[in-house]
Amino acid sequence: MTEEIIIAGFGGQGVLSMGKILAYSGIMQDQEVSWFPSYGPEMRGGTANVTVILSDKRISSPVLRVYDTAILLNQQSMDKFEESVKPGGILLYDGNGIANHPSRKDINIWRVDAAAEAARIGATKVFNMIVLGAYLQIMPVVKLENVMEGLKKSLPARYHHLLADNEKAILRGHEIVKSINKLG
Amino acid sequence: MKELKLLKGNEAIAEGAIRAGADAYFGYPITPQSEVMEYLMAERPEQRTGMIVLQAESEVAAINMLYGAAGTGKKALTSSSSPGISLMQEGLSYIAGAELPCLIVNVARGGPGLGTIQPSQADYFQATKGGGHGDYRLITIAPASVQEMFDFVALGFELAFKYRNPVMILSDGLIGQMMEKVELSEQKPRATEFDQSWATTGTPANREQNVITSLDLDAGQQEVHNKKLQAKYKKIVENEVRYEEFQTEDADYLFVAYGSSSRICQKAMELARNKGHKVGLLRLISLYPFPKDIVRELSFRVKSILCVEQSAGQMIEDVRLAAGCEIQIEHFGRMGGMIPIPEEVLEALEQKLIGE
Repeated sequence: MTEEIIIAGFGGQGVLSMGKILAYSGIMQDQEVSWFPSYGPEMRGGTANVTVILSDKRISSPVLRVYDTAILLNQQSMDKFEESVKPGGILLYDGNGIANHPSRKDINIWRVDAAAEAARIGATKVFNMIVLGAYLQIMPVVKLENVMEGLKKSLPARYHHLLADNEKAILRGHEIVKSINKLG
Repeated sequence: MKELKLLKGNEAIAEGAIRAGADAYFGYPITPQSEVMEYLMAERPEQRTGMIVLQAESEVAAINMLYGAAGTGKKALTSSSSPGISLMQEGLSYIAGAELPCLIVNVARGGPGLGTIQPSQADYFQATKGGGHGDYRLITIAPASVQEMFDFVALGFELAFKYRNPVMILSDGLIGQMMEKVELSEQKPRATEFDQSWATTGTPANREQNVITSLDLDAGQQEVHNKKLQAKYKKIVENEVRYEEFQTEDADYLFVAYGSSSRICQKAMELARNKGHKVGLLRLISLYPFPKDIVRELSFRVKSILCVEQSAGQMIEDVRLAAGCEIQIEHFGRMGGMIPIPEEVLEALEQKLIGE
């Protein structure tokens, strides 16, 4: 199994750390992983993206043109990456601020209103964990227990009291993701 | 139990330096390699192993601190990115002339000049042909994964002390910034098993004074010294060639690449084979010494060769020199910090080599 993922959105949305958590979870279940960020002069409010690959085999190129899954968190990312999803692949997006919704018929499209949900529960910091939860509901590439194990390993101990909130956010993402276009 | 960690390439250099038993690191921040010193500072290696980490006032200062530390026989390294490495060239020439073992890491970015902060492989000439003055060579090795960023620090020190020669790890912003799984090796002692009788460690009564210099005003003596250097480089060429072959057995077409480009070529090779093109990859690990024998051997077996580099074509000159026959050898590359993607490499293969 090889899963090639692009996650794209605004800087500050937790795009890079969401990718890192996925990569760490992959290591926890003995997979090969790669994580390559756009590292230009980006900043909070600018655009950020990261390519994450999880595989049972040695990973070749860490940079790709097409992906199994695109997780798109703003309009610029939608404009840039909708066409980059492989036919039959997955596009997951947050509806917040999206004017031009994805229109492809040859891919599975899912929507998670994570920004609205994070605002509703008053926890904007777990926005990316809600998105991650939505993704793992559609495509359980890593097990929840391995995500939590990965989080524990990657977060300094002083943040471990936040683990429970993160887990709750992931579970909330499982619940609120909805299918927009489903292939037969 | 295996000790696994998710690390950036730059962080793997830093952890690799601590675990290889380095005595000292001197550096000056520059993107895309700043995490090397950031990680070292955060890890407090002076408490872990006694290793010293020092932020110099400039790259020129850092390379001269390295010169001094290496002169005492200590395991020392520096890291920088392209413009910073250019600033270090005078010091590198002196270090090579004085035959001092040390490690220089270049996490290269787009140039010329200040260029960009994105990945590039346009420092190949500088790394392999000598960016400073005089007849000298650096042993140059090119990692293609985060694991190798870690492993090549220990390998680099080993080669440096074996030959009393500076060693360069030539990487780029792609390998430096990406994260992969790294299997950490055990902590090595700071002491080295190699001969250090030449080092300036304070003169005891029972031996002559050791002198570290690259200056000898007697031209005859300087020529003798140069001949000694050349004899050493010959030995390095004979013994330290490193490369990796991917599916070359049945290949009609061959990619030649190193570092990050070789990773991209592996994917391009998969795509090409899915379309029925028999493509292989020769990945160079040592850039100096250049793996010329295997290039020559493969040039007799394949129909044509595509050199893939993030440059205007530098390594291709060595491939052309090494190839033994009138074979078609083409270049494909992106420049200035643009990263080629596998599909582009496949297109170049089909257009330039296969003729589709």
